[in-house]
Amino acid sequence: MSSTAATSNKRIIASAGPEAAPPTPVTTASNGMDSEDDFMSAVSSGDDIQDDSDNDDMSGADDDFDFDDEPDPDLGIHKDIMQRKKVAYDISFKVYEPADIQKQQDVLIDEVNMILDISKEEAAILLRYFRWNKERLIEDYMDKPRQVLEAAGLAQVSASPPKLEVIPGFMCDICCEDEEGLQTFAIKCGHRYCADCYRHYLSQKIKEEGEAARIQCPADGCNLIIDARSLDLLVTPELRTRYHELLNRTYVEDKDQLKWCPAPDCQNAIECQVKKKDLDKVVPTVSCLCSHRFCFGCILNDHQPAPCELVKRWLKKCADDSETANWISANTKECPKCNSTIEKNGGCNHMTCRKCKHEFCWMCMGLWSEHGTSWYNCNRFEEKSGTEARDAQAKSRVSLERYLHYYNRYANHEQSARLDKDIYHKTEKKMVQLQRDSKMSWIEVQYLNSASQALQTCRQTLMWTYAFAFYLARNNQTEMFEDNQKDLEMAVESLSEMFEKPVAELQDPKLKVEIMDKTSYCNKRRVILLDDTAQNLAEGKGDRNLLALAL
Amino acid sequence: MASQKRISKELADCSASPPAGMSITLASDSDVHKWHITLDGPVGSAYAGGRFGLIVSLPTDYPFKPPVVTFATRIYHPNVTNDATGAICLGLLKPEQWKPSTRVQSVLEAVRALLVEPNPDDPLESRIADEYRANRAEFNRNARAYVNKYATGPVTFSSAAAAGSAAGSGSGSGDATGGKAQGS
Ligand SMILES: [Zn+2]
Ligand SMILES: [Zn+2]
Ligand SMILES: [Zn+2]
Ligand SMILES: [Zn+2]
Ligand SMILES: [Zn+2]
Ligand SMILES: [Zn+2]
Repeated sequence: MSSTAATSNKRIIASAGPEAAPPTPVTTASNGMDSEDDFMSAVSSGDDIQDDSDNDDMSGADDDFDFDDEPDPDLGIHKDIMQRKKVAYDISFKVYEPADIQKQQDVLIDEVNMILDISKEEAAILLRYFRWNKERLIEDYMDKPRQVLEAAGLAQVSASPPKLEVIPGFMCDICCEDEEGLQTFAIKCGHRYCADCYRHYLSQKIKEEGEAARIQCPADGCNLIIDARSLDLLVTPELRTRYHELLNRTYVEDKDQLKWCPAPDCQNAIECQVKKKDLDKVVPTVSCLCSHRFCFGCILNDHQPAPCELVKRWLKKCADDSETANWISANTKECPKCNSTIEKNGGCNHMTCRKCKHEFCWMCMGLWSEHGTSWYNCNRFEEKSGTEARDAQAKSRVSLERYLHYYNRYANHEQSARLDKDIYHKTEKKMVQLQRDSKMSWIEVQYLNSASQALQTCRQTLMWTYAFAFYLARNNQTEMFEDNQKDLEMAVESLSEMFEKPVAELQDPKLKVEIMDKTSYCNKRRVILLDDTAQNLAEGKGDRNLLALAL
Repeated sequence: MASQKRISKELADCSASPPAGMSITLASDSDVHKWHITLDGPVGSAYAGGRFGLIVSLPTDYPFKPPVVTFATRIYHPNVTNDATGAICLGLLKPEQWKPSTRVQSVLEAVRALLVEPNPDDPLESRIADEYRANRAEFNRNARAYVNKYATGPVTFSSAAAAGSAAGSGSGSGDATGGKAQGS
């Protein structure tokens, strides 16, 4: 094991730094399958089978599928995960950086420029008008060039480059200024205005309205679009940059298979071929070079295994039930006797303080002994008397209890996932400390980073399994799902416990091995859960019983 | 300020040769940014015989930002809110469609055209739009009833009068424009 950890693996080093490449790229390395590489891959991330972002070729992966359920303490587990090649929930995607996006546009513009013998500015405007569908543009243009140019706002043609001019006796129709020597500008249509008005107009469009690709001539009724060269001549460098940023954005926004990474300050775009109609069967989780993982279908954070529609419903329900949510937010209370914090878990209202053993009612905080045997005796719920009210109440309470059951667990993992972010930073400190206190190298302490990542990813998945389960119709598959969920949850909680141990204990090589094993076990359980769920979703089982309640 | 020159010129042009069936005054002599328009219901339309008050407010950034135009007189129309606000839905007044070279004169002509031919496909009052499409006779009856109720006396430009049950009970100089006039 120690030799494994000591391996100077480039991939690991990359994923350790803050500017890390995504922790995911793994699949493409599977042809090698040497044990060390294999292990490092498996523990280097909580997400082992995502496609490498800049390599969509999966053909190198091993097709063998000798999955083995016995947790092999050495390499078997990792190998198995690696070899479950095209898992049901896997989805291929590519990440593009700003330069890539620019280049793709330039290539298309050059092609159209050459094929149709029009200027690059015009080619760019036409491409944007055709939402970057080059084939359709060329076809339509060949067919009826005039109409195409007109529709795209390129009707008039003139060869001279744009320039500012002083026209004697000119009066600007926008500001009505007519002083001598006024700088003026017009695009091809010849609608001429003073340069100041033009600049004001452009800056308002770009800055306030975020417009770029479709800024028209300021003339009433003229739909000619202002080209990039004219714009560059008129506006400040700062505005020019913004304009080109916005133009770039249209390229991504106009294409269904391209989406911006929603992480703040991230300028990358992701390409994914998933079809909208398949979103009830697959959850297209992608991960950006900035390490942000999100759903390509709805842009929310990774919500595997729950399909987008279910997520939407769940979030809406949580928002709608804000009253309930308020009720839940009081989910931790202080023990009326010793004031230690107690978290309610499950639906039982008979609370026993762990610290002082005080028994009380969660609803009224009163002594449990005064409640009799059933919590329905609690005064607060007795207030609205009358059997009818009580029946309705009992009924709504059952559905509330059911919702709360799932919501509490969902919210709990959500909160833990948030705490995991802090833990990640703590981990880095721990790793430094561990290097100092023990003889371990930076590479040798990477297992903590892997554990931290596994915790975060698995928690994220667990969180959504509870939303998923809320909508799940009860049948044979439900049990399998819940078993998977339970296994993953237990593994995660025990890894979490080990992970939080003080540095002194972490120096114990035995604990290190345990953490490494548990990490890969968690990852494995997550893969199994996602894979099984995805297969059921994909198969649809005819009557769609899996999500009968939800969809 | 550039807009002052433009507004003065427009006001002069508009007063010299106002659009058909309209007369233009300033709400107050000291402020060229608020115009009061009296508009005769176009002959042949459901609004014939009525007199409507229109308020045109020119924003400080005019003509780069569109004017805000509202009816001061209640009117039964698919593209005008059926309340005291009198907000109008007019394509060329939408920020993304507005062109700085467009003049108030053109806006007023567009409003008048909207009375001749309502646009039920882009309504502010969808019920009235449905009625306009499905039961023109009923629509015409209702529109005329509004004309008789609100648009027969002398035109006032206060929102209070517009909101009141009868025209002509003008009081003060309420401001019906506000910023709410941008419709759907
Ligand atoms: Zn000007
Ligand atoms: Zn023009
Ligand atoms: Zn990103
Ligand atoms: Zn989604
Ligand atoms: Zn206690
Ligand atoms: Zn109680």
